[in-house]
Amino acid sequence: MITLNDLLVMVPELYLTAAACFVLLFDVFINDDQRDATHWVAIIVMLVGIFLVVHGQPDTTATAFGGMFVRDRMAEILKVTVLIATILMYVMARPWLRDRQLFMGEFYSLSMFSVLGVMLLVSAGNLITVYLGLELFALPAYALVALNRESKLSSEAAIKFFVLGSLASGLILFGMSLIYGATGTLDLHGIFAAAGTTTHPHLLQFGLVFLVVGIGFEFGAVPFHMWLPDVYEGAPTPIAMYISAVPKLAAVGLAYRLLEVGMGPFADDWRIMLAIMAALSLVVGNVVAIAQKNLKRMLAYSTISHMGFVFLGLANPTPEGYSAALFYAVCFALMETVAFGVILALARKGFECEMIDDLKGLNRRSPWFAGMMAIAMFSLAGIPPLWGFIAKVLVLKAAIDGGMLWLAIVAIICSIIGLFYYLRVIWVMYFEQPAEGVEPLQAKPDLALRGLLSINALGLVAMIFFSGPLLAWCRAAFGG
Amino acid sequence: MNHAILQMVCFIAFAVVAVGAALAVVSVKNTVHAVLALVLTFFSAACLWMLAEAEFLALALVVVYVGAVMVLFLFVVMMLDIDLEPMREGFIKYLPIGIGAAVIMLLEMLGIIGIKTLQVPAGPNPAGMSNIEWLGTALFTHFLLPFEIAALILTVGLVAAVVLALRVRTFSRRQNPAAQSAVRAAGRVRMVKMAASTTAPGPTTVGEDSQA
Repeated sequence: MITLNDLLVMVPELYLTAAACFVLLFDVFINDDQRDATHWVAIIVMLVGIFLVVHGQPDTTATAFGGMFVRDRMAEILKVTVLIATILMYVMARPWLRDRQLFMGEFYSLSMFSVLGVMLLVSAGNLITVYLGLELFALPAYALVALNRESKLSSEAAIKFFVLGSLASGLILFGMSLIYGATGTLDLHGIFAAAGTTTHPHLLQFGLVFLVVGIGFEFGAVPFHMWLPDVYEGAPTPIAMYISAVPKLAAVGLAYRLLEVGMGPFADDWRIMLAIMAALSLVVGNVVAIAQKNLKRMLAYSTISHMGFVFLGLANPTPEGYSAALFYAVCFALMETVAFGVILALARKGFECEMIDDLKGLNRRSPWFAGMMAIAMFSLAGIPPLWGFIAKVLVLKAAIDGGMLWLAIVAIICSIIGLFYYLRVIWVMYFEQPAEGVEPLQAKPDLALRGLLSINALGLVAMIFFSGPLLAWCRAAFGG
Repeated sequence: MNHAILQMVCFIAFAVVAVGAALAVVSVKNTVHAVLALVLTFFSAACLWMLAEAEFLALALVVVYVGAVMVLFLFVVMMLDIDLEPMREGFIKYLPIGIGAAVIMLLEMLGIIGIKTLQVPAGPNPAGMSNIEWLGTALFTHFLLPFEIAALILTVGLVAAVVLALRVRTFSRRQNPAAQSAVRAAGRVRMVKMAASTTAPGPTTVGEDSQA
């Protein structure tokens, strides 16, 4: 029943499984002072992963294991972005981890398993693979948040993340069981077919509510956002960077697979639920972010508001809407890596650079880092002509085309409110004096970190000119 | 007909026990009792599976969970010194709200789904195959991929548990025989040039000398 073709379709995932096990064992056999080897091996593994994902991509959608695994264009885009974000995290995390005695091999193997989970999740064609992919992604993430065992804040964040994450996966599982009960199949296409002709629409709708709640948890959308700020604040900064970028991409895949591929006939129901969550996320995220003094918490609330924007795209169930949401998530992930990258570059032994006040007068101390942070903030705020602006325009257009003008108006008002806290960071960096006794920058941040961060930041600027091809890529993914 | 009635009675009995035991898990004061209640929950669930003619799953639940996992769990709970009182704080205070929310949700669920009209379609009937045979075939053909992913999740659980629980003792003293035998005189003894004699520093030194 299982043919070679099934395995060929899954080459990137099989490769990453083998590579993660290899890194896990490789690290056991080297000394602590040779850990750099693990670091570079992990980065090479990820680069080869990108190659395999892109190179082996079939022209048409390919399935394996009887439709359990689907390899299509959307999965390709999400996988490539997730792998890129992970490479960025690896490079930027190394100095930070080393300074805090957290530079261990398990950081790499666990995060690889987590990435593997995301790759399986976005390629899932069956409720079981969706669920298992979600678990494989989440379980290492909980452990990574708790990586710094000395820190109480970190442990607290991990427990909150774990409990709420378990609750979310329990809800998703309950929803899935109801849907399975109503349709008698686990295959997403089968569910789509059965949902169109079902005699139990209420049961399906009920299951759908649980799925949407679970998806809301994954995105961190209001009212299921409680874990996000605490996890951002408590997690080690590189892990916060990972959690800010990768799960959001995974959640776009999750939402598309479950809602469109599986529950498509009920689009009228779930788009209203998504629209409500979008409006709440936009309002709560942007308003609460204003009150934050901690930079990581501020970024967490900013993430919540951005998830509102992603929902704006998803709430229009057409190829345009999905491609806008996908485009937004990709763009958001790469903006977050810059913001967190600057935090990581400025942090040093005994100093976290977590508060907004820590950035006071950054322009005098290091114009380049201040400039990169400014690019990230302007981009997140959606100032034209930066990338974030293009993404925002696309989702707003999708929402208006989908007949949700009110939501687009809410989004525009909220992003104007949001300008305040992004611009405050820039104000603090450029127009305030450094606090007394604040050292200048650490001698020289790690060369690889500086280099990649600069490329990442300049890439954000360059994307102004390359948005067209990326958008075309996203559109093609949904056949639009 | 009698058979069906008996089955229904058994189902209700085991279901009631399972739910009751599950309630006990979260409500009893003593953690050891909670674990024992969880064992009862698993056992009742196994009986329910037995009624549904899923013998292998029922046996696996008893052998693996009740037999191995829960015993281990019991050891862990008994070894942990948990202070029970602080965990109870606020329980009574939040209980009415919790019960209220649960009851409302239950009513909503029953109302929306409409329990009476519901006939859940059964899965494919494994005709002419024993339970284990059918399960094995399904797991290693249709569900091979999820089966392997589950294996990966278990691996991750193992690694994560070790990362979070293992504390390497940096202060432990141990010998390194390779380094010991590779040592040379130059690495051990340092020759220091000193003046042949020094002036006597003070009276204390003199006193020590005289005692010696």
